[in-house]
Order: sequence, then structure tokens, then C-alpha cells
Amino acid sequence: MTDPVGNNSWRPSAQISVLAQRAGLIAQIRQFFAHRKVMEVETPCLSLATVTDLHLQSFSTRYTGPGLANGKTLYLQTSPEFAMKRLLAAGSGSIYQICKAFRNEECGRFHNPEFTILEWYRPDFDHHQLMQELDELMQRICNTSAASRLSYQQAFVHYLNIDPLIADLQTLRQAVIGLGHNELAEHEEDKDTLLQLLFCEVIEPQIGRQAPCFIYDFPASQAALARLSPEDARVAERFELYYQGVELANGFHELTDADEQRQRFEQDNLKRRQNGKQEKPVDTHLLAALHAGLPDCAGVAVGIDRLMMLALGQNAIDDVISFGINHA
Amino acid sequence: MASYSTNEFKAGLKIMLDGEPCNVMENEYVKPGKGQAFNRVKIRKLISGKVLEKTFKSGDTVDGADVIDIDLAYLYSDGEFWHFMNNETFEQIAADSKAVGDNAKWLVENDVCTLTLWNGAPISVSPANFVELEITETDPGLKGDTAGTGGKPATLATGAVVRVPLFVQTGEVIKVDTRSGEYVSRAQK
Repeated sequence: MTDPVGNNSWRPSAQISVLAQRAGLIAQIRQFFAHRKVMEVETPCLSLATVTDLHLQSFSTRYTGPGLANGKTLYLQTSPEFAMKRLLAAGSGSIYQICKAFRNEECGRFHNPEFTILEWYRPDFDHHQLMQELDELMQRICNTSAASRLSYQQAFVHYLNIDPLIADLQTLRQAVIGLGHNELAEHEEDKDTLLQLLFCEVIEPQIGRQAPCFIYDFPASQAALARLSPEDARVAERFELYYQGVELANGFHELTDADEQRQRFEQDNLKRRQNGKQEKPVDTHLLAALHAGLPDCAGVAVGIDRLMMLALGQNAIDDVISFGINHA
Repeated sequence: MASYSTNEFKAGLKIMLDGEPCNVMENEYVKPGKGQAFNRVKIRKLISGKVLEKTFKSGDTVDGADVIDIDLAYLYSDGEFWHFMNNETFEQIAADSKAVGDNAKWLVENDVCTLTLWNGAPISVSPANFVELEITETDPGLKGDTAGTGGKPATLATGAVVRVPLFVQTGEVIKVDTRSGEYVSRAQK
């Protein structure tokens, strides 16, 4: 036990003046949605099920209570997506939420294991219409100029002279070796891992410097919860937003097909097994809601802490949250 | 030797890369929105001294390097090896010219130096930050100059050449900063 006297570790990681500015911007975000008649909702942080995504590690805890003397595992949400889709299926119409999300094993200049998400859904929007609305929010909150748009394929062809939709493993390995990462390239069997590395190292630092940049139509193998494009089944109607080297948002023209959603969960769990990770319980409530009928809609999640970093000119996520994980 | 996962990476950790012991200088966590997380790591190779950036998949492991720093007193050179002694155990270790490199000119008998050992063998020798050495040769210079306008070269007992003020003469002992190779002052008697 260290002597508490003269120890500054109780202090916030952000300056109080920054927290005040943050509060002002969050009030503006709420106004933005109120004007557009998007309803604010709250959904539970704790759930019986969780994401199956290989690259998302959820926190879990034990719940004991009446009728559950032996306890039950509950998961902290990695995003409010599943519960919000259940509201949409129940007829909520356009909804948004500002809430905490939790992701284990993620910490760094742009990551805190507990962070704030802004997530919203728009029935009858496709991903391009939702990009437009996110662009308008960015202009309001960050005073940015109009965003540019590049498809995932255009970005790879332009910055790496590689077509990500047809490139074979060998081509991608060569490109990664060209960056000096021989050991990583030689043993990597997964094309998506190589594509993601090339994106992080080569494309991300060059896009969205002056104005935000949307990257859309990701390879189908990185569809997550987006529907596949009816025009080109090699891509999924998914987008991300980049500004000043920071990934700010991820959105989908949402998959509404329950059977395909179940298959993707099972595929994820298969990948988890192959990678020596524990399988995760599939969210049967979400599947039942999709069966009942999710309206055609688009949804997006924005990292609020990163948005605050950019809007307020701060260098690290700890500078815009009251207590970073090392002070929590 | 232990292996380390990327979650254990931090400045100062010694790991093996390309068969060479390396020092981790910086470690940055990078993750695409959906997808594989990476650690972008800045590393200094301890033998070649090269600094490079490497990217690991988060959760990957690498072998640790058995590297330690110890303080030893310099004894003498036999022309091929430089001999050092642990003042507590009196154990002696010899370093070759590859390990000593350019720092040979700053080794003063009985001065304590820091040796970096890899698997027990010296891979680098760092002299004390300040050493005192006698001037064996320098031009007499002008009398009355005390401002040190530019100075003059002086050869020291170990063969090192440093710039000294004009008033410092052959036979005097001076204090030198080994990190910059610059004259500091006349040695305190």
C-alpha cells in the first residue's frame, strides 16, 4: 500500500476543461438526433449472449440471484447492436444510443477497454444514405469539410496497386514482405489478416488527412453483420470512416436474413475453435428477432472518445476520458 | 529462456529477433475496426545497433533474450581482448574488439564500465559518462588565451583526440564527456 498523501493517482486523466467541452459536444449530438426525430434508447450492458467475432474479446461476469443460486455467466456488451436490432424488429423506428461498450485486451493510444459508443439505426436507409448523415454529424461536431468516399477496392488499387478482391495469398504476402514484415508474412495463411495489415500500414495513414474519408464495400470475408451487395457478391455493404489517421466509425447496410446470420455466427465459432479460442454462445434473441422481421435498415457505431480527441485536438484517449484504465 | 506475448512488451524488454538480441524501445497497439489487432514495435538490435520497426500480430509470442547489464572495472588490454573484473566476486571477463568498438579509447584502468552480456558473453561495453585522461600531445598554444576560442586538438593517453582550450598543455589531466567526446574541464587535483 503506497502512502496516499502526496500521491496524484486519484486525479482524472483528462483536464476538467476538456471534460466540459466534451459534455457540450455530447449535448450537440443529442440535439442533432432530436431535430431528426431519432429516438434515444437505452439497452442492457449485461447479456446472456455475446459476439462470436474472432477478433472481439468480451468481458464476462457471474450473476447470482433469486432462482440462480449457482449463478449464470453474463457478458458485458462489446456494442449495443444486438439489443438495438431487437428494438427495431419490435417497431421502434429510427433509434440512437450513447452508451459504454467493453472490449477485453484492447488498450493503447486509441483504445481503452471501456469506452463510449454512439450507435444509431435508420430504417429504409442504405449504407450510402447513412454515410451522408454521418458526414453531416461530423461537419457539425468536428467542423470538417465534406467527406470523400473510396471503395475498399479503389483504395487498394490506388495506394498499393493490388486488387483486394482477386489478389491471391502469394501477392498479399509479397506486399507485406515489401513492408519489411517477413516473419509475419511467411507464416500467415489468412488473406484478411494480410489485407488488414496492409490497410493499417499503408492506406490508413494516407486517407482522410484534410477531410474525413469513407471506405465502403469491404470484401465479403470481412462482412461482419453487413448484407452482401446484390450487384457484386464479392463485397459486403459495410463502411468505415477515417479522419486524420484514426478509424472513427463502422457501419452496415444491415443483414436481415436470420438463416444467413446464424451461419455467420457458426462460421465465427468455427474460426474461434481453429484459433484455439473459446466458442461463444450465439444470441438466440437476435436470431428470433430477425425471424420475426428486422426492417431494411442501416446502422453505424461511432467511437465517441476518438471523436472527442479529434474535435478537441487531444493526443490520446486518456486525455478525453475522466479516468483511463490505469486510473480506474 | 522464457517467451513473451505482445501483451508483455514494454520498453526495456529484451527479445530475440533474426537471431540477434534486441531491446524493445516502444510498443504501440494498433487495431482495425473489425479484424486482427497488431502491435507496432520499435526495436534496437543490440549487436548491430540498428533501430527498426516490426509489426506483430497481437497475442503472438517471441523468445526472450538472455541479456543483462553489469558494472565491471576495466583492468587492461592484451591487444586482442579487453579484460574486466567484478569488484565483488573478483571474477574476470574478456571482451573482444567487436564488443568494445570505438569505446576502447575511453577505457581507463580501474574505471567502472557497463558491460551488456548476452548468454554470458559481452556484446557491448559502455564507459563511464566522464573519464579523466592525461594529454600526451598538443601544440603549446598562445599564452594568455583563456576564452577558448575554437581550441586545438589534443591526443590523450588512450589515443583519443579531443578539442581542448588553448591554455591546456601536454602532461595535464582533463575530464572528458565520453557520450559527446567533448572536453569538460581540467581534472580536479
